[in-house]
Amino acid sequence: MSQVLVLVDHIDGAVRKTTFELLAIAQRLGEPAAVFIGNGFENATAALAEYGAVVAYQVEGEGLEDYLVGPKAEALAQVVAQASPSAVLIPSSAEGKEIAARLAVKIGSGLITDAIDVQAGDDGPVTTQSVFAAGFSVRATVTTGIPVITVKPNSAAPSPVAAAPASPAVTTVPVTISELARGAKIVERRPKEKSGRPDLSEAAIVVSGGRGTNGDFSPVEAFADAVGGAVGASRAAVDAGWYPHSNQVGQTGKQVSPQLYVASGISGAIQHRAGMQTSKTIVAINKDAEAPIFELADFGVVGDLFKVLPQATAEILKRKG
Amino acid sequence: MNIVVCVKHVPDAQADRRFSAGDNTTDRGGVDGLLSELDEYAVEAALKLVEAADGKVTVLTVGPEQATDALRKSLQMGAHEAVHVLDDAIHGSDAIATSKVLAAAIGKLEYDLVLTGMASTDGVMSVVPAMLAERLSLPQVTLASELTVEDGVVRIRRDGDVSTEIIEAALPAVVSVTDQINEPRYPSFKGIMAAKKKPLQTWTLSDLGLSADEVGLSAAWSRVEGITARPARQAGQIITDDGDGGTKLVEYLAGAKLV
Repeated sequence: MSQVLVLVDHIDGAVRKTTFELLAIAQRLGEPAAVFIGNGFENATAALAEYGAVVAYQVEGEGLEDYLVGPKAEALAQVVAQASPSAVLIPSSAEGKEIAARLAVKIGSGLITDAIDVQAGDDGPVTTQSVFAAGFSVRATVTTGIPVITVKPNSAAPSPVAAAPASPAVTTVPVTISELARGAKIVERRPKEKSGRPDLSEAAIVVSGGRGTNGDFSPVEAFADAVGGAVGASRAAVDAGWYPHSNQVGQTGKQVSPQLYVASGISGAIQHRAGMQTSKTIVAINKDAEAPIFELADFGVVGDLFKVLPQATAEILKRKG
Repeated sequence: MNIVVCVKHVPDAQADRRFSAGDNTTDRGGVDGLLSELDEYAVEAALKLVEAADGKVTVLTVGPEQATDALRKSLQMGAHEAVHVLDDAIHGSDAIATSKVLAAAIGKLEYDLVLTGMASTDGVMSVVPAMLAERLSLPQVTLASELTVEDGVVRIRRDGDVSTEIIEAALPAVVSVTDQINEPRYPSFKGIMAAKKKPLQTWTLSDLGLSADEVGLSAAWSRVEGITARPARQAGQIITDDGDGGTKLVEYLAGAKLV
């Protein structure tokens, strides 16, 4: 069975949920082989094995984390040359897509981005994408080279394997990074403050606030905390400086697809809809009965979020006992 | 400083975007198109840099006949010259081939900096800037929310998922900018009139030394197998808050086993 490479998304060896989702997809397509670039490999091995990685390539080389994208793309191309996989799966993060883009050109392969599903087909993987603001579902395949596919979060359920070994079979891959790949130097890195809430792209529940909050996100945050969700913000709220851009949901922010999306004080303009309209259930709260968001909502409350959300929060806490 | 800005003419996102039944490609003819909104930020960034330091902004696009409108809008904003790569054979190209054509065109221009937006609003792949860096063997300095150029060095702030990074590279480089970087100007009346006289060249594949079998639908390295229109979401249950809107909301969520 040929290997399916999965580029591991991690922070110092703490493996992110998207990697487990990709390993689940890799299990459908061939033998899952994790590719680990960076520090903290020892922290990752157990989890990688548990979620299906049979093999792990530990990439070692100088400068892998100090320059933007170039080195990782180069390293991954060297692993591909060694492993001859039948496909390469990469998370659809900003960096992931750029690594995938450069890899595809380097190895002469077709590229499909933002897959929301990948299934085994007769001639290789078949991807599904949601395009034109979720207006269409597109099935596609790569026809040249080794398919390079980036996959969106929440596209597959992690699939732990029974009686997994303590670690995948590890191969160390020393790589040499060229001068060319070191063109863009990361001179400073400021880690984002942890909010204590789930990651927006991965969360099962997202509670967002918009113009209607008037800058006061406290009812949104309180409700999010009561239901264990992440907090999102519309572009209007971010542009007004009320919430950081990293929480923006929309065409130019994050596109999320949680089980539940609660839009409060958000009108539902196309820019925002593009970021959340594939959510499984959508709930809206807005003073304006004509707000376009209500066309999308499975349940809507025409009312003041400053009254509705606190009452909802209290009800949730009451039910929790 | 000479800057080449790559721009794209895209179907209007507010309109009824669709695919051509014949070959499953994006229908660019039957729907109104315009300069991709995210490219406006790139044109604006280029104009600001050149206003501070002297130089020229050339806008470049690959697209069918009507793609000239994207160039025209950019010239109206203040870009100095435009290049349109127009060739029927390019129809149906994937990002791999599009980046090849763009790189070949850029190769014929003089530049210190190649600027792009963060993604096109139709394909939304966000891969062409990285591919350009790869093909042109230039540093990739992408997704900038802040940008300065000083003493031949470009410096950006990139806001990632997990951290914010400050990145530097020596020119020439490929830079992409996000919608956080600036507020694009509206063309002035003077700008609109001046645009009519600005140079706009049209190039074909053979001008670029490329052949038809390297681009287009049949040369693409991926293929669309099928397209299904998704039914529009129907509005569900909408209630008015009569003093118990919050409670009713939680009843709904509990009933749907979401909380």
